[in-house]
Amino acid sequence: METKKEFMKIGDKTFKSRLIVGTGKYKSFDETRQAIEISGAEMVTVAVRRIELDKNKESILNHLDPKKYTFLPNTAGCYTLKEAVMTCELAREAGLGNIVKVEVIGDEKTLFPDNEATLEASKLLVKDGFHVLPYCTDDVIICKKLEDAGCTAVMPLAAPIGSGLGIRNPYNLKLILEAVKVPVIVDAGVGTASDASRAMELGVSGILMNTAIAGAKDPLKMALAMKMAVECGRLAYEAGRIPKKLYASASSPLDGLIEL
Amino acid sequence: MKLTINGENREVLKSQTLADLAHELDIQAPNFAMALNQQVIPKSKYATTPIQENDQVEIVHAVGGGV
Repeated sequence: METKKEFMKIGDKTFKSRLIVGTGKYKSFDETRQAIEISGAEMVTVAVRRIELDKNKESILNHLDPKKYTFLPNTAGCYTLKEAVMTCELAREAGLGNIVKVEVIGDEKTLFPDNEATLEASKLLVKDGFHVLPYCTDDVIICKKLEDAGCTAVMPLAAPIGSGLGIRNPYNLKLILEAVKVPVIVDAGVGTASDASRAMELGVSGILMNTAIAGAKDPLKMALAMKMAVECGRLAYEAGRIPKKLYASASSPLDGLIEL
Repeated sequence: MKLTINGENREVLKSQTLADLAHELDIQAPNFAMALNQQVIPKSKYATTPIQENDQVEIVHAVGGGV
């Protein structure tokens, strides 16, 4: 079946795949490369860290073709505005592009974002010419403020990072989708394929995940499952689901029944 | 010359600029970036940015990571 497919637009780039994947927690660079390839993702997030002096000079970037993927450097692990802004500047100088995933973590245990610092960091980075994709809570007001600050997309969490709890508050995501015009990308919390489908069915533009694939018993199989789940969910959204009703509604004609 | 590089105390022998330093440390990562005393330095200026005793240098690259 041929259907007209809508693409995901982030800044000035267009992506056929609505799945964005992380590159952490895999057993090897080889597994990372294979899982990402199978997932069909075209945008890949990477962290920025100090080089270990005198140690192995292997780099993840030797295993990911920059012609094939758009890199999305992230500020994972940053707890202050200053760290996040500097990390983005370093990423740009490192040649990782100017689309950045901004996260300013507010608490070690939940890894929930510090929305206030995230907003301030986003404002500075937008002014500096970055396409900013901020990780935030699934809160309409902060998403609206981030959009007003000039962010290219907003990335509300579905559940805490790495928790695999799935879409905890679909109603909030619905409200965010109504409130903002920029793409909404669910970032964090997805546990399995049905979570990904469910998020996509709500109409979000994309999903970013890492642990759900890398932490699965078989990451390569899960990468394929996620690819399919994201596509299925998006198709169902575009197709438009039937309204939910309390009572039955027959799908066979009532005329022509045998009469006894 | 004594420097702090990525939080470690280091002695470098020949380097006068950031470009020299990257060479002396044999940084081979395909994409790396440097900051000098908490200022990110554009790649195009490594060769003309001098380093001095007690400078703080950060050298970073991309690593696997998600959220």
